[in-house]
Amino acid sequence: MTGRLFDKIWDRHVVASPAGEPPLLYIDLHLVHEVTSPQAFEGIELAGRKVRRPDLTLATMDHDVPTVGLDQPIADELAAQQIARLRRNCEVHGVTLHPLGSIEQGIVHVIGPQLGLTQPGMTIVCGDSHTSTHGAFGTLAFGIGTSEVEHVLATQTLRQAKPAAMAVTVDGELGPELTAKDLVLGIIRALGTGGGVGSVIEYRGAAVRALSMQGRMTVCNMSIEGGARAGMIAPDDVTFAFLEGRRHSPRGKLWEQALDDWRSLVSDDGAEFDREIRVDASALRPAVTWGTNPAQSVTIDDVVPDPSSLSTPALRQAAERALAYMDLSPGTAIRDIRVDTVFIGSCTNGRLEDLRAAAEVVRGRKVSPGVRALVVPGSARVKAEAEAEGLDKYFTDAGFEWRSAGCSMCLGMNGDILAPGERSASTSNRNFEGRQGPGGRTHLVSPAVAAATAVAGHFSLPGDL
Amino acid sequence: MPGIQRISGRAVALDRRDVDTDQIIPAAWLKRVERTGFAPGLFGAWREDPGFVLNRPGASGAKVLVAGSNFGCGSSREHAVWALQDFGFQAVVAPSFGDIFRNNSIAAGLVPAAASEESVTRLFAALAADPDAEVLLDLAARTVAIGSAGLLEPFELADYARWRLIEGLDDIALTLRHEPAIAAFESSRRPPWLPALTA
Repeated sequence: MTGRLFDKIWDRHVVASPAGEPPLLYIDLHLVHEVTSPQAFEGIELAGRKVRRPDLTLATMDHDVPTVGLDQPIADELAAQQIARLRRNCEVHGVTLHPLGSIEQGIVHVIGPQLGLTQPGMTIVCGDSHTSTHGAFGTLAFGIGTSEVEHVLATQTLRQAKPAAMAVTVDGELGPELTAKDLVLGIIRALGTGGGVGSVIEYRGAAVRALSMQGRMTVCNMSIEGGARAGMIAPDDVTFAFLEGRRHSPRGKLWEQALDDWRSLVSDDGAEFDREIRVDASALRPAVTWGTNPAQSVTIDDVVPDPSSLSTPALRQAAERALAYMDLSPGTAIRDIRVDTVFIGSCTNGRLEDLRAAAEVVRGRKVSPGVRALVVPGSARVKAEAEAEGLDKYFTDAGFEWRSAGCSMCLGMNGDILAPGERSASTSNRNFEGRQGPGGRTHLVSPAVAAATAVAGHFSLPGDL
Repeated sequence: MPGIQRISGRAVALDRRDVDTDQIIPAAWLKRVERTGFAPGLFGAWREDPGFVLNRPGASGAKVLVAGSNFGCGSSREHAVWALQDFGFQAVVAPSFGDIFRNNSIAAGLVPAAASEESVTRLFAALAADPDAEVLLDLAARTVAIGSAGLLEPFELADYARWRLIEGLDDIALTLRHEPAIAAFESSRRPPWLPALTA
């Protein structure tokens, strides 16, 4: 038997595979948020359909919620309308909602694992491309569009052609200044922004096994930035320790049964993949993006690359466009680039471990004059836990703004945005043109580098301070 | 959803790779709760440049967008597909597509036609020579042609997706034909420890 983890999860969810049609896949958990669901709920109502499994559907508010003034009415009328619509849709269709103000509210991909809803072997979908985050638990999890959201609401299934299986094996050990963020940016650099299209990636190897669950979530989260449909990591004792005792984790005899099953969720020795790439963790250094897609990164010790050094005309043209947009010149040392804003948060790096890493750097230091720095915890519970440890005090003493949970400046829907021409160091996942606000310039980094950069005013490592 | 057999009309050539859905429809537009009204936001930031291809007089009324590889990467927002359709596009021809964008297109009735890099390069050249050339996309034959340039290029589209687009079928109705299989799966194949919520 030489099965792959991906096949094992896929096969157990195939409801039907009629000849000439893509297989019908059962969905164990459907996460819903305010931005990609209103048209889907409207669709099932117009067709006279019902939500088939409200008990396998969970909603929260994250994409356009404010992160300040939660005691005030939402000033943005369109956002307020969208949030009210989600509340109404959940009431009408019997869907559990963790609304703004609840301790369980937060970014969908932070709250699923936090509640113990994300478990090995499951299929999880959400109208959000970073659903791949949940793959960290040995789960097949991927983003879908609104028509597919409607399809899952109505049928609890999706019709999906089976993707290819790719292995990304990370040998060696990450150095002391390296984080999961640097690892995944290094992987995407090797893969290219479209390198994973049509594939589900299994991350393997010693450096992956050595990651915490939070680090594994960071890696799987950014699978989509390499074009992959999903990313996954086989569950192990680190996974089981994270899950034990959480609100929705199995208990007692069911926990034992589940563990027996979960231990079988590995790719067997000798399993073959459609494609395999290897990355040497010991050769990596902290990463900083210089361009307008997440594959356009270098290490912090490097300089802005010269487009003429790239291998194809299309890549050269893309790099020239990116440098013009970013207002950067080839040969500029990354450490010499100054920033206006530092954003710490998002489904990539908004968990407690990320906030601890950043707080450790800023503790007893001050944000560089003229730099705006904000921390947006990934969930209300992460915020509360950070406050219980006193992390908020380290941040606010240093001059950071300490906000409430949401997607915030990762995509700039809620008013937390860059002004045109402003430059950020951001722990989020996308440096697309205008991603953090029209005309804004985004550099993706780890929480530790973001924190050190806030203090220095230009890209820095904690060790540089 | 109306079925599509053939698409004929002008094309817009967007010679860029890795066009992400944030560019196709910026985030500010995602606050809408409707499926329509997105045309003014299509390529919102890029359209501020008067030289952008969509600002060419002939672009208005165009039905086919030709673009570089990995078109529609990034965010899952189906609003990107709705914005393209709202502007009048019925098909996008590119060497490859973001997976979620492709699925969204098929679901919403926009044809994602995957042609080879070489084919797309020839289409770009023909459209550079004659930006108002008539383009004919034939879904049954899986070809895209520019007759005036003597081009007939094949594209890939899975059989099932092609059938769905030609017939304009409702996905959910198709799936509900398998309702007994879904019910059987639910009653016998789901492990007892899987989480469930109580509303």
